[in-house]
Amino acid sequence: MKKFISAKEAGKLIPNGSSLMIGGFLNCGTPVKVIDELIENKVNNLTLIANDTSVPETDRGKLIVNKMVKKAIVGHIGTNPETGRQMDAGELEVELVPLGTLVERIRAGGSGLGGVLTPTGVGTLVEEGKQTMEIDGRKYLLEKPIKADVALIYGTKADKFGNVFLHGTTRNFNTVMAMSAKTVIVEADEIVDDCLDPDMVTIPGVFVDYIVA
Amino acid sequence: MDLSKEQIREIIARRVAQEVKEGDVITLGIGLPTEVANYIPADVHVMFQSENGMVGLGKKATHETRDKSITNAGGVHVEVKKGGAFFDSEMAFSMIRGGHINATVLGALQVDEEGNLSNWMVPGVFTPGMGGAMDLVVGAQKVIVAMEHKAKGEPKILKRCTLPLTAAKEVDLIVTERCVLRVEPRGLILQEVNPMFSVDDVINSVGANLIVEENNLLAMAV
Repeated sequence: MKKFISAKEAGKLIPNGSSLMIGGFLNCGTPVKVIDELIENKVNNLTLIANDTSVPETDRGKLIVNKMVKKAIVGHIGTNPETGRQMDAGELEVELVPLGTLVERIRAGGSGLGGVLTPTGVGTLVEEGKQTMEIDGRKYLLEKPIKADVALIYGTKADKFGNVFLHGTTRNFNTVMAMSAKTVIVEADEIVDDCLDPDMVTIPGVFVDYIVA
Repeated sequence: MDLSKEQIREIIARRVAQEVKEGDVITLGIGLPTEVANYIPADVHVMFQSENGMVGLGKKATHETRDKSITNAGGVHVEVKKGGAFFDSEMAFSMIRGGHINATVLGALQVDEEGNLSNWMVPGVFTPGMGGAMDLVVGAQKVIVAMEHKAKGEPKILKRCTLPLTAAKEVDLIVTERCVLRVEPRGLILQEVNPMFSVDDVINSVGANLIVEENNLLAMAV
């Protein structure tokens, strides 16, 4: 059995200076309630790891607008002008990572790998400062794993065992992030009464620590 | 020849659509490339892949068909076609990087004689980030650049890109409203010219050397 906690209690698990993965692709498949708690708690100096910095009005985007993030590791910032503004003003460090590389780095972090070799970024600014390897005549970049203190992930449905079902395009980064953080908190739209059909489990509860009820 | 923005976009999208083959799985970039879908003949069956985790991307959802958990990579609610599938970002990019996408169509700021592409950043000016573009260009079997021939009067087809690259030597075909260029190891081959323009119009409006073989030069179907 996993521990059910309130959004308020979940917020307390994320102190100043935490590295925080948040699932979601723009507004799709992203948790919201615990983020509101972080804003309430005025948490600061976060390292945000996510697909993107969303839009200023919602979810991850609000963490940027409220200046709670010191570093963002993301693939896209185009939908949140505040991210670019803070970056240009030197208030926010942004590490832009190709999305395919970002998801593999997170997966590596959670699956015991020392990194991944990818051809993506070879011959571009992304290659700068990175070790390269040639394998069977093709050049690859060594991309290192990413782990976090906490992952906040979304679920369409969850059960008391921590199993999560994700519908539609909500899977995005939620699945890999569930493997790569010390503490994993699921915010689900629905908590089922008994348990999910094992065939329907997208994220096995073994990766999950808390369920926001 | 002065063409309106709409005419330019339609010419490009129509021509790119002819590259699409029966059974292809295709990923379209945002902007002009998405318009390619409007010109694929009804009897050519293709599946569109969306990097946020879907194959079988359908049209924009209506009020009745809208599902909050089904969007395209731009966050717009969409429908799913018969035979479609959902997956996570890891699988979406394995599909992209692993060569399982037959073709990708992307816009460009610059493209050059070596097939280098710049489409994600202008130093000193706001960058939205590369998103999935670098993976797409490296991984798709065929990379088609669909772009306006010039930007604010300046050539976009150059000897060497001056902006930061999205990927090196990956572009296969360049389609503009004036011409179709094929990228080969020996350089840019002028494959087709829009009959509204002369060969000289095309040659004089690029900053690159074009290889023109009169016998193999075709009229671009517009």
